[in-house]
Amino acid sequence: MIIVGSLLLSATKDFPDWGDQDSPANDGPVSSFYIEKTEEKTKVPNMVTAVLADYRGYDTMFETVVIFIAGIGIIAVLRTYGNNDSTPKNQVGDEGAGLLAKITCSLILPFIQLFALYVVAHGHHSPGGGFQGGVMLGASYILLALAYGLARAKSCFSEKRTLVFAVVGIIIYVGWGVLCLIMGKEFLNYSALDSILPGGVEMARSHSMLAVEIGVALTVTAVMFSMFSNLSTKGRLDKGL
Amino acid sequence: MIWQFDIIILIFLVVTAVIALRVKDLLGASMIFGIYSFLICLLWAEMGAVDVAFTEAAVGAGVSTVIMIATVFSTTRRSKD
Repeated sequence: MIIVGSLLLSATKDFPDWGDQDSPANDGPVSSFYIEKTEEKTKVPNMVTAVLADYRGYDTMFETVVIFIAGIGIIAVLRTYGNNDSTPKNQVGDEGAGLLAKITCSLILPFIQLFALYVVAHGHHSPGGGFQGGVMLGASYILLALAYGLARAKSCFSEKRTLVFAVVGIIIYVGWGVLCLIMGKEFLNYSALDSILPGGVEMARSHSMLAVEIGVALTVTAVMFSMFSNLSTKGRLDKGL
Repeated sequence: MIWQFDIIILIFLVVTAVIALRVKDLLGASMIFGIYSFLICLLWAEMGAVDVAFTEAAVGAGVSTVIMIATVFSTTRRSKD
């Protein structure tokens, strides 16, 4: 292992320097096109989100589908529907954490959710986007489950609702691509939606990126919470952590 | 990119990675995975990749650590090898 590690380390001497002007990442035709043309063609300052949601939107669609399949896989493997015949009769009940944790979480949860929605909506101008906001929103529900018990979180976000959210997120993404197909151009070519969205062709791409990111965020939220609730109760979904 | 910061954080990273595999208490190991996640998020943020650092902080130090701790509670807490 040490031999392989030292061989790999000696290969790093050939890498270009940090921020080198001549390295292929900075100078190649593809990245120069992205760096120069993104602002004028899509009016979106955040290049990472523009590449993720517009230029390579097909890959992001399948990433979302992979996340959805992971959630469904965990449900398929773990979920049991036993008739509560193995749980003891006088359960302590699921009150979650202590009083101090409950008060702290109830104070901070609305701000976490608001910030998560902000991150989704401002993916164009600040770091963030659909995936990060979706993970934060799912983590806020996990915090609710940890502080108040899984029963309270399930009353806000029941199992049926998580599945509905996950599927609706994917339908939004794929449906947006099909909408572009209907309007005349190729799949996920956002400039075809110029006639139904306000603004010019560039603003159509910017608004489409927002819609697509909302789809990603919905799916990621639902899958994060469903994975946590299945893994922490071994599929029974009765008593939380 | 300040190379002194980088060296220190990288040393911590390697030490954390080795410790996470050698520790016998599985709950501690999942916490050390969380520490690893924080450190690599710091590295990426310092290199300028803020989107990646944001995602790593949200996923690695939030959801992934919680899910690992939930799994450790379902099985034994002491590693058997």
